[in-house]
Amino acid sequence: MMGVLDRTGTILRRTAIQVLPTMVGIIILCFFLLQLVPGDVADVLAGESGSATAETMAALRARIGLDQPVLTQLVTYLTNLAQLDLGRSARFNLPVTQLIAERLPGTLLLMLSALSMALVFGVLFGWIMAVFAGRWPDRLLQVLVLVFYSTPGFWIGLMAIVLFSVKLGWLPSNGSMTVGVTLSGWDLIADRAKYLLLPSLAMASFFIAVYARLTRAAMLEVQGQDFMRTAAAKGLHPAVIQFRHALRNALIPVTTMVGLHLGNLLGGAVVVETVYGWPGMGRLALEAVLGRDFNLLLGVLLLSSLLVIVTNAAIDLLHGWLDPRIEAH
Amino acid sequence: MAPLLEVQDLVIGFPQAEIVHGIDFHIDPGETLALVGESGCGKSITALGLIRLLPQGAAIRRGRVLFEGMDLATASPRQMRDIRGKRISLILQEPMTALNPVLTIGRQIAEVLRRHEPISAAAAERRVVELLDLVGIVEPQRRYHDFPHNFSGGMRQRVMIAMAVACNPRLVIADEPTTALDVTIQAQVLDLLDGLRRQLGMAVLLITHDLGVVAQWADRVTVMYAGRIAEQAPVGAFFAAPRHPYARGLLGASVGHEEEAHYTTRRLAEIPGSVASAAGLPGCPFETRCPEAIPACGIRPPALEPVAAGHRVACVVEAARTGANHAAAHG
Repeated sequence: MMGVLDRTGTILRRTAIQVLPTMVGIIILCFFLLQLVPGDVADVLAGESGSATAETMAALRARIGLDQPVLTQLVTYLTNLAQLDLGRSARFNLPVTQLIAERLPGTLLLMLSALSMALVFGVLFGWIMAVFAGRWPDRLLQVLVLVFYSTPGFWIGLMAIVLFSVKLGWLPSNGSMTVGVTLSGWDLIADRAKYLLLPSLAMASFFIAVYARLTRAAMLEVQGQDFMRTAAAKGLHPAVIQFRHALRNALIPVTTMVGLHLGNLLGGAVVVETVYGWPGMGRLALEAVLGRDFNLLLGVLLLSSLLVIVTNAAIDLLHGWLDPRIEAH
Repeated sequence: MAPLLEVQDLVIGFPQAEIVHGIDFHIDPGETLALVGESGCGKSITALGLIRLLPQGAAIRRGRVLFEGMDLATASPRQMRDIRGKRISLILQEPMTALNPVLTIGRQIAEVLRRHEPISAAAAERRVVELLDLVGIVEPQRRYHDFPHNFSGGMRQRVMIAMAVACNPRLVIADEPTTALDVTIQAQVLDLLDGLRRQLGMAVLLITHDLGVVAQWADRVTVMYAGRIAEQAPVGAFFAAPRHPYARGLLGASVGHEEEAHYTTRRLAEIPGSVASAAGLPGCPFETRCPEAIPACGIRPPALEPVAAGHRVACVVEAARTGANHAAAHG
């Protein structure tokens, strides 16, 4: 169909046009914000070594470029960036690109897994609550959803560690894979999944609650629509009516919220990755802040913003497919 | 000729209130029966009750709906699903909301075919294109893939009609099919429906509050008032001489275009009071608004009595007058 291709093209073009100014804006804003943070990487390194003199610190600053005026530093950074060079991490003494490349797959995996978990369980819970509205399955899930909604993810994460790792011993509490064994095929996937489960749950819990409530409300609203009666008048089975006619309409508000939540999800990754010792960008960002490693931090922020922009475009595409009334502008 | 559908003593109610208080009517094969009444008189609830698609909470409390040897009031949900869309179909009032906004219209029509007939997806698509052509949609092949928002109100109602006649049903229930459309489109849509009725030999239950529509497109008319039937008559007899005071009031409140009178030159007649005044009264529901009411009206609801061939009226005064005329004629 022409319409779908047109819409896809328009969304991709719009994203391509927006991505550059957005990212440059984010870089400049973050760069100036970071100037407000007390101390620099030289202070941190000096503090850690415990034997720094004023001369060695000055030499260090000169090597990293911290002795230059702020604007010169910004221009240097942007010039390097234009050549796709994110600079070197002063603390790890490695290229920022390499550090991020090591951590990016972990974060992507965790984000994708948490988002899928939030969507699957959120929509499922919401659907069950709508079907049994006012009866005990609805009440029971309402309580669970309220707990998920009002409890911070890291606390749920810690409690899940206490239950599943410490008491029951079912799932590992830390890391992203079993160290020291070589696995392949299904064993590898099963091993990774075991490590992925708890951090994903901790990250997803709040969003499961949000999507469950949204789906419940949307499903209940759809039930009163005329087209539901039209569908029933065709002699369709109630399950078919719910799945084909109600759910797709009810998913529209959910996808809108998913787009808005992607940034929050990345923010939540910092805490969850720390709790579970997950080697991702969230923890890298935290380490960069603590070490005043601004090159690294800017790199992480840059990539995170790119990630949010790209996934938002994907959500826009999904949205256009779910609701044909939306025309890309 | 045996009636296609026969309703006997049908009572429909919500938990707090009874809406339809025991009505009887029938529909013959191939005819158009108009069910007329003002908003809230129970005509839509009656229509939805026939195929058991009542709103949440409403239920059939008593009575029978006989259709092709089966009582629809007590049929199993599974039996009802086999009848809906296949033997009896429904056209709703609001074409803007009666179609699912996120599915193509082709798919929505094909859905009913594939539910009731063992045909492949490709064959269903060909049938849908034929149906779209039949209801007068230009370029049906291309429009198959369009969504409801790509159509105007009149076109959407044509899509609804295509959906309703897809499986060649015996009865189409049209619940105010043209109320949401402007007058020129209204005539086109009703002409289309009437043409298909003749062509496919189906009966139509036309629910409306528009007496102009009744006069032009119906064979017989049933007037409902406050959940009861006031009058049943062939269209010709009804417009020539309505017998129930309420029906006379309705006709008095409308102006034919061929008449000299116009609301700018002459005040329209109105029926005093409102429907709500009937609530909780033991007698005839129209008594408080009726210019001809006598004390006997307030005792119990009047039964539907025959006054001429195929013409029945639920009115104590009118029944007495007919009886007196008969007595005079025979005496």
